[in-house]
Amino acid sequence: MSLAVHAQELTKVYTAPEPVTAVERIDLEVPEGTIFGLLGPNGAGKTTTVGMCTTRVVPSSGRVTVTGLDVTEDPPMVRKRIGVVSQFNTLDRSCTVFDNVAFHCRYFGMGARSAKRRAGELLESFSLSDKASAMPETLSGGMAQRLLIVRAVAHYPELLFLDEPSAGLDPQSRIALWDVLLDLHRSGTTIVLTTHYMEEADRLCQQIAIIDFGKILVCDTPVALKRQVSAETVVELKVQHPSEEVAGPLRDLPGVLRVEAGDDVLRLFMRERDGLLPRVVEVAQPAGLRDISISEPTLETVFITLTGRALRE
Amino acid sequence: MSELNGSITSRSTFNREEAGSRASLYSASFWGLWLRDWHVLMSSAVTFAIRTVMQPLLFIFVFAYVFPMIGQDVGVAGDASFATVLVPGLVAVAVLFQGISAVALPLVNEFSVSREIEDRVMAPLPTAAVALEKLLFGAFQGVIAACIVFPLLYIVPATDVEVRIGSWPLLIAMLLLSTITAGAAGLAIGTTFTPTQVPLVFSVIVIPTTFLGCVYYPWQALEAIPWLQVVVLVNPLVYVSEGLRAALTPQLPHLLPWVSIGALTVATAILGVIGVRGFQNRVLD
Repeated sequence: MSLAVHAQELTKVYTAPEPVTAVERIDLEVPEGTIFGLLGPNGAGKTTTVGMCTTRVVPSSGRVTVTGLDVTEDPPMVRKRIGVVSQFNTLDRSCTVFDNVAFHCRYFGMGARSAKRRAGELLESFSLSDKASAMPETLSGGMAQRLLIVRAVAHYPELLFLDEPSAGLDPQSRIALWDVLLDLHRSGTTIVLTTHYMEEADRLCQQIAIIDFGKILVCDTPVALKRQVSAETVVELKVQHPSEEVAGPLRDLPGVLRVEAGDDVLRLFMRERDGLLPRVVEVAQPAGLRDISISEPTLETVFITLTGRALRE
Repeated sequence: MSELNGSITSRSTFNREEAGSRASLYSASFWGLWLRDWHVLMSSAVTFAIRTVMQPLLFIFVFAYVFPMIGQDVGVAGDASFATVLVPGLVAVAVLFQGISAVALPLVNEFSVSREIEDRVMAPLPTAAVALEKLLFGAFQGVIAACIVFPLLYIVPATDVEVRIGSWPLLIAMLLLSTITAGAAGLAIGTTFTPTQVPLVFSVIVIPTTFLGCVYYPWQALEAIPWLQVVVLVNPLVYVSEGLRAALTPQLPHLLPWVSIGALTVATAILGVIGVRGFQNRVLD
């Protein structure tokens, strides 16, 4: 399978005002057609890494090829094949919504008619047609983000980079954004996004690289990541009479790592819960089981396990 | 989202069509940038015209209409009226100000505040070409400015304005070269300074340049102040004023055309390199 992005020992050291290593010897392999996530807290080096892939940041050492082209050898051709949505609202304030897309098409060499047609089609697809003659500052946050994506894909890029695409969006707009990205993915576009929202990475990405202090800590599918670092599922049982009589048999169930007892609650820690729940219920029922809640391991837990810190400080 | 699903076919067609030559991609992209700037200029054409005309118009009105009318004459060397001296100088200032207001100020804003420069910078063009487009469009606006300002400078004065275009090629060459120099100066300033430094740029660079640019007096007249006559030779506006003087009012003393042309070529090269490099540094990390 060919790689949309292939980074080898990619490093970026900023020299002024003081030497700072923003990204240290990163290796990345993004297969074509995947949704790939770079998950990490603010300041981890995500934006710098994406900057190096999108020809905006010059690597201090190492190499990265994007769609098969080395970014330092042929930046214009790399730019032709990729679309970029940065963290900032970079819409052209002097042009209408329609013209933002149409001129973008012209920048990429499309003719006048193709550009207009493409702009019209995209605005229609993304439900922005009735805002076509509006100016960008009149758009809501969610609409502006949609327009930034529309503009970024207008020239049919093979690969789309998004830097913190949900930052500043309300939950509804965030979900709408995820639908858009999943649709783009279905139509064949490779997507690389950076985020510090673990739910976003978990929901969207087929592969995730966790990055902190400029280094990649792990890189795998979300499921494998959670399994790999032995993150635990927590099953909380609300029982009328928590006692060692109930806790003991529960502890003995295969797959249960440990049991903690609270006032009216028993907490079971387990690796996976496949097939375990019915037996837990069966054992706990005599003790007056009133409620059961399950917390699956999350990428947040993975991150804490790896770094000792939370994703959101 | 059928357009997205159909986009794979359209994309390969697009890529095949556009796979032509790199040169045709670059020129189409450059033209796209130019078209956008033209579109924005046209949509604020009135503002552009007012901004361009205001200062030269006020100057020529006060010094070449009001002053003679109220009998407050400004003495000039030779027989020429002050208006005749002013015309090339004020066209020169109009051209220079285009470089500042059409290139430098928007760039300072686009880099620091609005980040609108991002989409242009991600065009499939070498970054230097994106910078050059800004420079050349600024020059283009300078040409339009000169064409708007000149007729006003001709008709407003109360006294005679003796314009004699001896050589059209010289006039066109001077105009083109001057506007490109102004564009280069605009690019250099726009990529070097931050928004908070802009007031300083105006008071320390722009205003002194205007007052010591042989706008209101020919360079030769400065022989009365020898040290000043030498010092002002570092000011590119001197060569624009004197060059336009050679083309429009050759009967007045002026620097030899080849001196102006040579100096402006050097100034353009230096400012152009500073500007393009500055642009690349701001864009790339």
